Amino acid sequence: MLDSVEVTSRVGEILNDHKGMEGSLLPILHAIQAEFGYVPQAALPIIAQDLNLSKAEVHGVMSFYHDFRENPAGQHVLKLCRAEACKSMGADRVADHAQRALGIEWHETTKDGKVTLEPIFCLGLCACAPAAMVDGKIIGRVDEAKLDSIIGGLK
Amino acid sequence: MKIYLPLDSAAVALGADEIAGAIRAQRPDVTIIRNGSRGMVWLEPLVEVETPAGRMAFGPMTLEDVPALFGDLAQHPKYLGLTEELPWMKAQTRLTFARVGVIDPLSLASYRAHGGLSGLERALGMSQPDMVAEVTNSGLRGRGGAGFPTGIKWKTVSETKADRKYIVCNADEGDSATFADRMLMEGDPFTLIEGMVIAGLACGATKGFVYIRSEYPIAIEVMQKAVIIARAEGILGASVLGRGPAFDMEIRVGAGAYVCGEETSLLNSLEGKRGIVRAKPPLPALQGFMGRPTVVNNVISLASVPVIFEKGADHYKNFGLGRSRGTIPLQIAGNVKYGGLYEIAFGLTLGEIVDKIGGGTASGRPVKAVQVGGPLGAYFPRSLFDTPFGYEEFAGKDGLIGHAGLTIFDDTADMLDMARFAMEFCAIESCGKCTPCRIGAVRGVETIDRIKRGDAAAMPILADLCNTMKSGSLCALGGFTPYPVMSAVTHFPDDFQTQKEAAE
Repeated sequence: MLDSVEVTSRVGEILNDHKGMEGSLLPILHAIQAEFGYVPQAALPIIAQDLNLSKAEVHGVMSFYHDFRENPAGQHVLKLCRAEACKSMGADRVADHAQRALGIEWHETTKDGKVTLEPIFCLGLCACAPAAMVDGKIIGRVDEAKLDSIIGGLK
Repeated sequence: MKIYLPLDSAAVALGADEIAGAIRAQRPDVTIIRNGSRGMVWLEPLVEVETPAGRMAFGPMTLEDVPALFGDLAQHPKYLGLTEELPWMKAQTRLTFARVGVIDPLSLASYRAHGGLSGLERALGMSQPDMVAEVTNSGLRGRGGAGFPTGIKWKTVSETKADRKYIVCNADEGDSATFADRMLMEGDPFTLIEGMVIAGLACGATKGFVYIRSEYPIAIEVMQKAVIIARAEGILGASVLGRGPAFDMEIRVGAGAYVCGEETSLLNSLEGKRGIVRAKPPLPALQGFMGRPTVVNNVISLASVPVIFEKGADHYKNFGLGRSRGTIPLQIAGNVKYGGLYEIAFGLTLGEIVDKIGGGTASGRPVKAVQVGGPLGAYFPRSLFDTPFGYEEFAGKDGLIGHAGLTIFDDTADMLDMARFAMEFCAIESCGKCTPCRIGAVRGVETIDRIKRGDAAAMPILADLCNTMKSGSLCALGGFTPYPVMSAVTHFPDDFQTQKEAAE
């Protein structure tokens, strides 16, 4: 885990970068997550103090949005689209296959810490469904075979 | 040799970056322009080679098809002919998407050469009321889904006195089957910037925000680069093009909350708050971002503004039917043979779109249902395929056109499962403000599960619950989730009876 001195100094720098910005909390949380891979609890009171908010308010914002993590994810994050257009092309089947292959459910990480599986609702790849995102890289027309090669590449 | 290869997400998701790498490896002397997509997603990655006769299309390209690009083009296994002559391209009326797929998205010179900035040039010579009137006269209605007349929003903001006003572009395109905003931002970002600058001039706003969902990394990157270029070239800054007032803008990134596509949630999110829906009134046009008068428009609405100013309101208004004026970028998606983006005047029937343009299903099985307007839109059966594509026409059939996304399903789709998914999605994404949405969606899932188990008594409860959600929710998430649910029940009753009959 990160030590609190490191968090404090880096969060301080990020807060400085966002001075004077209107409605800066989301950009700040994005920057912190980009830095640490998640939003460390230790960052919340520092942000709150800087923006003149309560820690509860910052926590409330952070926890409202699906993107922000309280804990680090696995080494790789596999996101599979669950929305209608992907469902029409077999996304449920592909998701079942992924859960079996990885031995985990949605929002879980494999025991070796390698892969976190998350649902996502629409990547805008609805005319080449089903869609996936692996560590930020987008992939269309994902079937079981393609998924196996994706998972194989992550292990 | 000059080759066009899209940087569009759909092309990249189907291997465009790998094709670009292979071309570079084999022929480092070739110029590769990463353009937007032409919208023919079934042909992506689509390579275009510039020839004296015009741009020749090849697709869908695989790595094995790359070497043949450097031989006799007419003999290439993926040869399609001139892009502009392809039937899909020829039959469209591309006004908003005229430049998407044609130009280099980040070349301002290329943008200008294709008519870019002529709308803004004209706007700079007009008074604020004249600019607003131009938009009103064009008949443009909000393309995000609600279909509210854009000119009326602009007029309210323009006539309201305040120390600061804002233009907010809603690029939180979360509806499944929609990708027009993404394609526009990736393929022609300056059009959106130009539209926002014109909105700023017309309304007296000096600051703009584009709120893009985090699920669109390529669109975010292209827009950020385009804003930097526009600022360096004087389109944005202390004086628009050196002649106008100040206008500048920022790109903001969402954080995975679907409800932030609703304008008041979006404003809260932009202010750094939880994306909770606000009650209206006050309208955002009077008290929006930071309590100031704010225009909140969808990407396609704002991106349609430059062409309206370039060619005139009448030119735009002359397309369409009834009170649905101009063109609409149809997004044909799901289980479809020819999926993609197709811009056309309002008025085609649903059947023409699905069967003729889309070519039916990808699986080759019969079309069972089409969901029009995203996750909050109704499921249409074949018997309603004669419905013309227009706001009032779809409302008249208890549906909506929304952001003009169409998801096609073949006969293997289980409509009870789709209705359950609509409730489940609403439960996951509800902001929590309105009880009928927050609790109702959870109860909706349970009620549909009861129906699935054969409990006939649950049917009237579901209808009653939908009614409560419809009239008791502030925004379209809780208010419109009943559309997919009740349309599935109404049009596909067999899918809601099988279990019961089996039990009997």
